[in-house]
Amino acid sequence: MEQLGFYILAFLAIISSIFMITRENPVHSALWMLLTFFSVAGIFVQLNAEFIAAIQVLVYAGAILVLYLFVVMLLNPKSKGFIRIPFRYVLGIVASFVIFVQVLLTLQSANVIGKAGVYTQEAYKQYGNVKLFGYELFSNYLVPFEVVSIMLLVAMIGAIVLAKKD
Amino acid sequence: MTLQHYLALSAIIFSIGMTGVLVRRNLIVMFMSVELMLNAVNINLAAFSKYLNALGGQVFIVFIMAVAAAEAAVGLALIIALFKNRPTVNADELNTMNG
Repeated sequence: MEQLGFYILAFLAIISSIFMITRENPVHSALWMLLTFFSVAGIFVQLNAEFIAAIQVLVYAGAILVLYLFVVMLLNPKSKGFIRIPFRYVLGIVASFVIFVQVLLTLQSANVIGKAGVYTQEAYKQYGNVKLFGYELFSNYLVPFEVVSIMLLVAMIGAIVLAKKD
Repeated sequence: MTLQHYLALSAIIFSIGMTGVLVRRNLIVMFMSVELMLNAVNINLAAFSKYLNALGGQVFIVFIMAVAAAEAAVGLALIIALFKNRPTVNADELNTMNG
């Protein structure tokens, strides 16, 4: 059952991401990207990361995708944007494929070699993902969390300064 | 499901995203492909987080999501600022600074 779910979600994610990069219209690309995000959220659920799946849907599908759609509809770009030179087409696909094969060759020997942590299946069953996640975030990763909040503030100011009318 | 399944899925999605960045010339779709690559990295982190019984990977997914949101906001603001000067989103036509 778990295997079937994984294969369905993986198939959906791969197909929708292929459709995403081949659609001419950016709005269609954005909607295919939505399907990719939902499939990846399902994969996060399989990986015992329920909180991550929830914020994947909220932040990626809810906020970032809507931002993209706003910009596409605001600009309404006329340019086709799809490359017509076959050479560059082939070059890009070949370069990605080489990287992909390299990664796969590395993956053959990939395994978990670190020391196993304390967050086992039993701990998940007892406390739940969100509680353990919050404990980890606000104890061991408190300073990076604050730095990220400052980075978001800077990005917000930067976006307003860049896009405002002058 | 073994770790390799998730890593292979992540590699496939990462390669598709990279193909999108290399092949497409539409700036907005190129940005979307970058988001796809970040998502592939997130799958990797979650998979290792599960198989190591650790939560650090999931914490870093949240940080990557924050970076992706910041990148989308600033990048799209840059595209809007560019579009005001020259009404195009084609990366090949924005070659004013080409040496």
